Amino acid sequence: MKKILAVCGLGQGTSLILKMNIEQVLSEEGVQAEVEHVDVSAASSMTADLIVTSRELAQNLQNGEARVVTVQNFFDVNEIRSALNEHL
Amino acid sequence: MAFLQPSLIRLQEPIGEPQDAIRIAGDLLQKNNHVEARYVDAMVAAYQKHGPYFVIAPGIAVPHARPEDGVIRAAVSMVQMTEGVAFGSEANDPVYLIFALAADSNQNHLQLLQRLSLLLGNEENVERLRNAKAPNEIRNFLKENSI
Repeated sequence: MKKILAVCGLGQGTSLILKMNIEQVLSEEGVQAEVEHVDVSAASSMTADLIVTSRELAQNLQNGEARVVTVQNFFDVNEIRSALNEHL
Repeated sequence: MAFLQPSLIRLQEPIGEPQDAIRIAGDLLQKNNHVEARYVDAMVAAYQKHGPYFVIAPGIAVPHARPEDGVIRAAVSMVQMTEGVAFGSEANDPVYLIFALAADSNQNHLQLLQRLSLLLGNEENVERLRNAKAPNEIRNFLKENSI
């Protein structure tokens, strides 16, 4: 099963919003994946297939093996769907 | 759990600095006894330390700190600003709406976040909040839309 990280600065409220909306997209698309919400420093030491985050935080996460996709609007399920679609 | 009750809403606030905006939204939570005063300080400190990561949609900031920073119960407050405020977010500045989030450590806050996503996932709703003239208008709108 694929592992996806939803990343924000604190690993709390905003990454949880992102995680919930990623999970909604996955369930609509019928894709099974594990989604975790974490802060930037935790994310950089974790293994994952895909990282979803904002453009600002993405710069700190490019060095790992996970592919990084950025989302401008964490509430916009359609934007999250297009960002994920290329990688699922 | 408290979600955008009229006492948690301030409209048409003339604010120039991000810190002041976060503080006003946090004070609403504190005055209604949803957080301790130190939670408001922690929200400002999180911005100073981690930057504008919580500016997560065009014109929208969702400042927050950790449950252990003084959350009493889960709640969301809102501040609508007359002028856009620059938080330093390349993608989503300027900010017109602030939703201060107090997430506790139990499951209540998941429901709050779902309601917030439902509300802000729709551009027309966001426009409605930006143009609202009275807290009761927002209460009625939420009720009509079952949010």
